[in-house]
Parts: sequence; C-alpha cells; structure tokens
Amino acid sequence: MADSIYELWREAVNDHRPVALATVIEGENLGAKLIVGDGIDSQGTLGDVDLDRVVLRDTIGELAGGRSGIRHYGPHGEARETAVSIFIESFAPPPHMLIFGAVDFTGALVKIAKVMGYRVTVCDAREVFATKRRFPNADDVVVDWPHRHLEKVGDRLGQRDAVCVLTHDHKFDVPAIQAALATDVGYLGAMGSRRTCEERLERLAQAGADMEQVTARLHAPIGLDLGGRTPEETAIAICAEVIAARTGRVSSSLSDTTGSIH
Amino acid sequence: MKEIMDDIDRWRRSGHKVALARVVDIEGSGPRLPGASMAVAETGEVAGSVSGGCVEGAVVSEALDILATGERRLVTFGYSDDEAFAVGLTCGGTIHLFIEPLDW
Repeated sequence: MADSIYELWREAVNDHRPVALATVIEGENLGAKLIVGDGIDSQGTLGDVDLDRVVLRDTIGELAGGRSGIRHYGPHGEARETAVSIFIESFAPPPHMLIFGAVDFTGALVKIAKVMGYRVTVCDAREVFATKRRFPNADDVVVDWPHRHLEKVGDRLGQRDAVCVLTHDHKFDVPAIQAALATDVGYLGAMGSRRTCEERLERLAQAGADMEQVTARLHAPIGLDLGGRTPEETAIAICAEVIAARTGRVSSSLSDTTGSIH
Repeated sequence: MKEIMDDIDRWRRSGHKVALARVVDIEGSGPRLPGASMAVAETGEVAGSVSGGCVEGAVVSEALDILATGERRLVTFGYSDDEAFAVGLTCGGTIHLFIEPLDW
C-alpha cells in the first residue's frame, strides 16, 4: 500500500526535505489534501482535476518562497472566486548559519543560533581549533579555509541564511568576505574592533572587493549595540542583528516605539 | 510540526485517535504563525501549541469534540468571535485554526 499523505509529510519533515501540504479548509471536500515536495511527485486530490492543477502550481510557488497561508479559488480553481479555501503549509529546511573562526565567541554563537533554529556550520582552517569536541552543538565542523568552503557551499546560501566572520585575522577575513559577497546570503557580519574593521575595509579595497557591495551588505563590527561583553551576550547581539537585518527594522526598545509588534 | 511528530507516532502506535489543530491565519497580533500546530490525543494528552497559551485549553475541548464526531472544521478565537467561542487572546489578535482528525 502506498504511504499515507501524513507518512509522506512526516518523512520529508524528518529528513529536512522541502515539502508542502495543501488542505481544503472551506468548501466542498473539506479536509481533502494534496502534497508535493522534493522527491515527492504530487499525491492526493482536492476532489477536482482542474482545482488540483491550479493549486499544485500555487503550492510549488509557495514552497519555493517558504510561505504558508490561505488561498481562495472557485470550485474548479478559478481565480478571483472564493468557493474553496485552501491552506497551503510549506515546510522549508532550517536556515543555515556559517560561522568562520573557531574562537571563544564561536561556541556561544553556535548555542544561540541553534536555539533560533539554524543549522550551524563552524569552519576554521586550523584543525586544532575546529573540532567537534569544542563545538558539540554545531551540526558540522569543517577544517578548511573559509573562502574555499564558501566556494563549495555558497550557491546554496539564500536570503534566510547568515555568514558570521569571527576569525579576527585579515588573512582569513578578507577572502571570506569577498567569497560571501559573491553569494545571495541574506546576512553577512564580521567581528572586530573599530580599528580592525577600518583596516579590514582598506584591505578589502586593496583586494579589489566591490566596495559598494561591502557598504551595503557587510555588518562590521558585527552585532547590535547592546553593550554586552561576555561571549553569550555578544552572541545575542549578533543574532538580534541577524533578525533586524531580515525584518528591515531599526532596533530600539518596543517601549520607546508605538508601531505594531509583529 | 516536527516537534510534535514523536508524540503523534507514540499515540497512534498505542491505537489512540489523534486530532491535529493548525494555525491557518492570524489577524492582528499573534505569537504563532500559520503552520504552528498542536496535536490532541483522544486520551486528552497534548503536544505543541498554537498560541502563547491563551487558547490551548479551548482547542483541546474542540479537538476532543471533533474526534468524537469526526467533523473537521475551521475554528476562530479572538475578540471578533461569537459569544459561543468567547476565548480571548490576551494579545488582542484573532487566530483561525483548522482542526481535524489525523485520518489521512
């Protein structure tokens, strides 16, 4: 017997494979379902062949954007009608945070990023530092030059992902930042004092980096100005900046603002 | 969803019926986004959450009723409800849930 729709859904979610489920929540055939995803040709039916075709197309689009929500159709998938409401639930794999530099701050950042739901990779060229024992919470610990690692995985980075450069060493930082700028990664930050950051900018310019891109995308010194000092507080300042970069907000206390909370 | 699947498996292996409540829409302020889900076993056991804790109690009684009747439905909680479902969210938002037996 073929797997049930729930089994297909469960297996995909457990394997971190993108999958989307469309359910009739208003109209004929309440509860009818259609599932589609990576490695799953569409299965199930909403009870009408034309409705299935239109909803399948929209479901694939919603999955690509990682969105979940309600869409309305006519009984045969007509646009601008509302006889049928479909809830499309997308499961997209967790966003990825790449941390370059196996330094004191790295362990704390791995912990906070895991709490936020990231898949976390720690990468450092120095094999004595980049060990799974030092970063037990990381999903992957990679011994490689950061820019070389980015050449391998960079084309898989997107708007939801983050690159945090904590190496404090221009020799690693500069090529890593240049390689990160060549990807579509949504957040790019680099650690260092004000002076280190200024020097790094000079070196990036000397190395021929696109300085317009650097100005627009590089957060350095990394993190929001929370005034914290410990690795954990710094990690929270970094993760808070990642959130603010994604939502496009200027961070301030909610008690000092009057707009909507979400 | 992932975090409630182990509980769902366990309940189903024990032969218990399970209802699934999923947030399908929110209006105004709401702590959980569409796709947030909660499972309720016919024994009354619960996994997951669909709000900051404001409506979970009411969701359990809806879910048990749906398990008894087999009738899946869309349920709304929030300030804009009828008196019959007058369970307010402290954040003042409205939350729409689709609750159904996990028979698929």
